[in-house]
Amino acid sequence: MSGRVREILIAGAIALAMVGSAGFMAAFVLHEDIHWQGAALVVTFAGFMLAAIGWSRWILPREQVVDERSVGVPSTDASSDASLGGVRQAHDDTASYDLERGAQQLNRKKWLGRMLLAAVGLFGLAALFPIASLGPEPDDTLFHTKWRRGSRLQRLDGTFVKRNDLNAGAMETVFPEGNLDDAQSVAMILRMPDGIGRDALDGYIAYSKVCTHAGCPVALYRAADHKLVCPCHQSVFDAANDAAVLAGPADHALPRLPLQIGDDGYVRADGDFPEPVGPGFWERA
Amino acid sequence: MIARLLDWSDERLGSSSFIHKALRKAFPDHWSFMLGEVNLYCFLVLIATGTFLALWYVPSTNEIVYNGPYALLRGAKVSEAFDSVMRINFQVNAGLLIRQIHHWAANVFLAAIVVHMCRIFFTGSFRKPRDINWVIGVTLFFTAMFEGFSGYSIPDDLLSGMGLRIAVSILESVPFVGTYAMFWLLGGTFPSTLMLQRLFTLHVYIMPLLLLGGISVHLMILWRQKHAQFPGPGRTERNVVGSPLFPNYLVKTLALLCGVVGVLTMLGAFVQINPVWIWGPYRPDLAITPAQPDWYIGWLEGALRIGPHWAIHLFGHMVPSVFWPGLVLPLIIMIALVSYPFVEAYLTGDRAEHNLLDLPREKPARTALGVAFFVFMAALFLAGADDLEARYTNLSLVGLVWFYRLFCIFGPMLAFAITYALAGGLKARGGVHQAPRARLTRKAEGGFREDEVG
Repeated sequence: MSGRVREILIAGAIALAMVGSAGFMAAFVLHEDIHWQGAALVVTFAGFMLAAIGWSRWILPREQVVDERSVGVPSTDASSDASLGGVRQAHDDTASYDLERGAQQLNRKKWLGRMLLAAVGLFGLAALFPIASLGPEPDDTLFHTKWRRGSRLQRLDGTFVKRNDLNAGAMETVFPEGNLDDAQSVAMILRMPDGIGRDALDGYIAYSKVCTHAGCPVALYRAADHKLVCPCHQSVFDAANDAAVLAGPADHALPRLPLQIGDDGYVRADGDFPEPVGPGFWERA
Repeated sequence: MIARLLDWSDERLGSSSFIHKALRKAFPDHWSFMLGEVNLYCFLVLIATGTFLALWYVPSTNEIVYNGPYALLRGAKVSEAFDSVMRINFQVNAGLLIRQIHHWAANVFLAAIVVHMCRIFFTGSFRKPRDINWVIGVTLFFTAMFEGFSGYSIPDDLLSGMGLRIAVSILESVPFVGTYAMFWLLGGTFPSTLMLQRLFTLHVYIMPLLLLGGISVHLMILWRQKHAQFPGPGRTERNVVGSPLFPNYLVKTLALLCGVVGVLTMLGAFVQINPVWIWGPYRPDLAITPAQPDWYIGWLEGALRIGPHWAIHLFGHMVPSVFWPGLVLPLIIMIALVSYPFVEAYLTGDRAEHNLLDLPREKPARTALGVAFFVFMAALFLAGADDLEARYTNLSLVGLVWFYRLFCIFGPMLAFAITYALAGGLKARGGVHQAPRARLTRKAEGGFREDEVG
């Protein structure tokens, strides 16, 4: 077999590995079953194996080395000391000589070497794909909470907020009706003194309780000057002014929950938060 | 570039001398020397796939109602563990493939260890100075067996639950401490709420660490002692001849790596293994038949089936019958394996260092002993499926039990005698696979005439 034919055979094996990797990526993305995904990987490994065998037989020069044994011969400390001192430079040269010579032998056919590198890269990429199995698609999950138009505001003890429940200066933690403990939806309702707070409904204003900096609950409320403070990194929000950031590392205001009050006296949400709650993320814009 | 990197590392680690020696390290070119590498690569596959599975598996016996896509089990009460395995099987993209590769890799891992051990044993590679690595290897073998069993036990399917119940009964049979040991392992009685948590911790943390540590030491000793080798031209007790690690051997072993991973992937993709959705969730009141464990536990299963029903009642205490085949026998086997190099050295008086390997026929007694042991284990293994054999052959189960009991005793003796005779005969004849010799005679008109010589 001529050298050219051998090179082409090796290239064919590498191409097989590439096809396998690409096939696995496709089969993974398309959720093909175990047989297709497995078959693609088998083709990949078979290709690499054949390429390595070809490399070993046809590209590398055959070589035998003879190692003398040292185990069993009593070792002396003196000899190992010497190798650290004067002899080191010599070893240094031989190590780099070995590496460079070996690399040259491996890379005698440069185009095959480049092709193999590309195939290994492609396989590396394919091997990352199963990471995508680890969780569901985010879709627009982060853009919504459990609040709906008409959701009543439920406290942890199960009771609902009614028109006359809160005095001016009071703050309570609430969840959308039937979703107690939903971490994304947690909100606080504040009763402001008369004339404070834009568009307050009978003095009621509600904000998301999830800090827009790093997601802690904004648990501190100072009624005297209407300030909401996050205990984690001390971001301060102005409850009287759409929870705008007054100080601290938070970079945007707490989302405001639109409210309505029905004839039955229950305070209700007038829809979901108009923007995603909590800390910022790439798709938030 | 390479030279500068070497300098950089040498100035900090004094590494160049080591690197030089490592690159030129000789690896003998015999196929059987790659068996150990098959083990190593199976282990790597096990770690990679196991990590993926651990990211999904829930070690909880908490009971919930199955509500996944597998219609036949919908509405069934299952543990959260079983539910999470079902999710891996049917809802996680590539999950079933990875799980099946993991399970196959475990089976091939154990099989490759056995084959590797056979090579070491029958060629006398375990002799000084490699007796130390034999001991570590045998320890690794049993650790791997426990590791495999613990993994087999955690999907909480019917088959795994049955196996675990049996294992717990063996633990319970230990004199003095068995009851306590069982409660320590499970955090209560079987089936305890903590048992999957305990087995999971053993399976993904404690035993992999032991294996990793043991394999590292195993390889470091191998590296230090250098490979043994078969006799041949230029090969002596004081050297080792082979391909240099870099580049020749590196390429070869990478080919092997790809081959091993490829075969495991093929098995995982096309040969179904442990379909837990067919077994169903574990329930203490149910058993399925036929029920066989993974192959490497088969000998233990067989021992339990043909073991004697001797219970000892003494001073108000009990040693139940399961103790003999379940613990005493494995212990004897372990001790026999671990101590074999030292026993052989004692019996033969040969305490010299050996770096040249024997052909099995050159040591008829050792080879016969090895084959006898193998036959003993095979008999136990076959006894582990006696119910199936009785069904397919229409023989009586009790008859089979007695057959295997007798076979365990006389089979190895017979095997020893036959092997000893065969090996002795081959040894007397000299090399079996020497090429036929020929006499070449130069003919008067030129050219050669070839006559075969007997």
